[in-house]
Amino acid sequence: MQIKALVAGLLAGVSIAAAANAADLSIVLGDTGSGLQFLQSQVDRYMAANPEDKVTIVPMPSSTTDQFGQYRLWLAAGNTDIDVYTTDVIWAPQLADQFVDLTDAMKDIVGDYFPAIIESQTANGKLVALPSFTDAPALFYRKDLLEKYNKPVPTTWDEMAATAKEIMDGERAAGNADMWGFVFQGNAYEGLTCDALEWVKSSGGGQIIEADGTISINNPKAAAAIERAKGWVGTISPPGVLTYQEEEARGVWQLGNAVFMRNWPYAYGLGGADDSPIKGKFDVTTLPAATADDHSAATLGGWNLAVSKYSKNPDAAIRLVRFLSSADEQKRRAIEQTNLPTRIATYDDPDVAAAAPIIPRWKEVFQNAVPRPSAPAGSKYNEVSSLFWTAVHETMSGNGSAADNLAGLEADLTDLMAK
Amino acid sequence: MAAETVGSIPLPRKRERSELMAQRLRAVRWFLLPMMIALAVVAGWPLLRSIWFSFTDAKLNSLYSAEWIGFGNYLRWQTLSTGAIRWRGVLVDPDWWNAVWNTVRFALTSVFFEALLGMLVALVLNAEFKGRGLVRAAILIPWAIPTIVSAKMWSWMLNDQFGIINDLLLKLHLISEKIAWTASPDTSMLAVLVVDIWKTTPFMALLILAGLQVIPKDIYEAAKVDGVHPVKVFFRVTLPLVRPALMVAIIFRLLDAMRIFDLIYVLTPNSKATKTMSVISQENLFQFDNFAEGSAQSTLLFLIIAIFTTLYIWLGRVNFDGGRE
Repeated sequence: MQIKALVAGLLAGVSIAAAANAADLSIVLGDTGSGLQFLQSQVDRYMAANPEDKVTIVPMPSSTTDQFGQYRLWLAAGNTDIDVYTTDVIWAPQLADQFVDLTDAMKDIVGDYFPAIIESQTANGKLVALPSFTDAPALFYRKDLLEKYNKPVPTTWDEMAATAKEIMDGERAAGNADMWGFVFQGNAYEGLTCDALEWVKSSGGGQIIEADGTISINNPKAAAAIERAKGWVGTISPPGVLTYQEEEARGVWQLGNAVFMRNWPYAYGLGGADDSPIKGKFDVTTLPAATADDHSAATLGGWNLAVSKYSKNPDAAIRLVRFLSSADEQKRRAIEQTNLPTRIATYDDPDVAAAAPIIPRWKEVFQNAVPRPSAPAGSKYNEVSSLFWTAVHETMSGNGSAADNLAGLEADLTDLMAK
Repeated sequence: MAAETVGSIPLPRKRERSELMAQRLRAVRWFLLPMMIALAVVAGWPLLRSIWFSFTDAKLNSLYSAEWIGFGNYLRWQTLSTGAIRWRGVLVDPDWWNAVWNTVRFALTSVFFEALLGMLVALVLNAEFKGRGLVRAAILIPWAIPTIVSAKMWSWMLNDQFGIINDLLLKLHLISEKIAWTASPDTSMLAVLVVDIWKTTPFMALLILAGLQVIPKDIYEAAKVDGVHPVKVFFRVTLPLVRPALMVAIIFRLLDAMRIFDLIYVLTPNSKATKTMSVISQENLFQFDNFAEGSAQSTLLFLIIAIFTTLYIWLGRVNFDGGRE
């Protein structure tokens, strides 16, 4: 009797699974802040509109380096469990073979996107992923503190450091012993590549590997930029900044314990939330440059949606991707998450401008953003990036001078690219 | 195995081996077969496959079209245009040797302290006191928590800005400013060691405790009657008798420590000061486009662990029968 009931139960389970199998989708996401909750709300809206589909979110760690290792393993093993991958802007050339070509499926909508972003997700003529949002970092600053100390918004790195030091010392003397001047992403991971590329590029030191494949990183301007950043550690930045990723930096900042922060626009919305101690006390500007003659540099970031080649339901997966990147969803994302839209028209939306004033202002910033050398490095990008962040991290933690480490880096990159 | 299972019964001498005994031995082989098959599938095959990949030019995206290239991943040379010869490969890679050194340093230090503390804990738990059962269960908690979870927990506790460790030390005036435990190359290995020792001392204590409990009580009683000092009792009675169990516990831990990955991956990812052999091979296998080099590093890791184990068994004369000669 019991066995019969058990068998019946099992059969029922199997038949339910089979019926739903037509459009059982899984999407992986590793995000910062409240990105996961937001995706859940998007998925709920999708399922309400497409009741035949059932979407499960598989959460991943927020470090892009960790995600990449896992995704690569799944894809190499032909994993059929995941249908839609959330991919970093730099992955397209490395993972192109494992994703469905979206060129035909998206040909009616690609015209709505910024051509440069579509270009970044195209490898060998194949549209690897549909852009969900783009990213260009900002210098977050405490406008209340700048006013209190009567300081202008800094435009050079040295000005920023001097202001940070003065305010930090003043606030510490006034009783906040935990006050720091500047927080950024100093952990040895992809984020440090972004930060350090900005320091180097805004000092006229090139972009590691130029678009034509020249390895340009070993130059005095780049070395000076990294030495400058090394000087921040322990003076205006906590020594622990060398383990910070985005969320750790935001943690210090959002508690009100930093004057400046380098971070992505997602921190804008979170910092202005009702439960944030710094609500209404901060603003953003473009990142500083080395001197008044140099140009500010922002590393191009952004996340995209790709459909796995091994998905059992590629059509439903494409339907989900189209929904998540639709004009309505991008608008919601801009308002609720302060993520920069990839559709041109969303920037002119008055609702977006009212809810997230950073977004229309950031249109120009991301259009001038510096790409990481993922195109010239191709499938070797991750190793290039790791060599770069290691050289920078070593310098900043006191192992060797920037000039020596960059000379070593140049030799390693030359070997690697010749391999 | 067969000899061990009947170890406590006097074994018949060889020439007396009966038909029944032979039959038993055949049966034993059949009973072992499923386990051997399972081992071959889950351990043997992946191991051989990794070794094979280390001799090929495999990439993660083209595993099935990998071609044999011999020892190139381990050691190869290039003749430069100037005629000079340049050596490449894992065996001349300074990053690899840095990882080997980190691993050995980590393994020896952590196992030393775990054995020491494990012994202390085991001695305490071996004594009769009220609530011993509860304490025994409680002490196992660090071992029972999955490493990823406890490592993440510790990484928050060690956080320089909001970590409770810095807060405590500051309040006790032991440090004057917040220390970035996992960031600084000077303290990151220390942080990893402390967490590992915290986590695995209970395991060590448990194995040693098992060894302590088989020591006959009458030996202690005799020592007591003779008025031997407790410290002397420990060195003359307890230690020699618990030694076989201790040696086995140490080798288990040593094997485990040599392949440490999860703790370091969570606590100090990508830091050169703590990168171990497993971490560097994972990086090459899955992060970089170097599947073959990563396989070569995994193979070397396997060989190094094998050498360490053999040396240890040989030098320490470890007897896996629990000390029975």
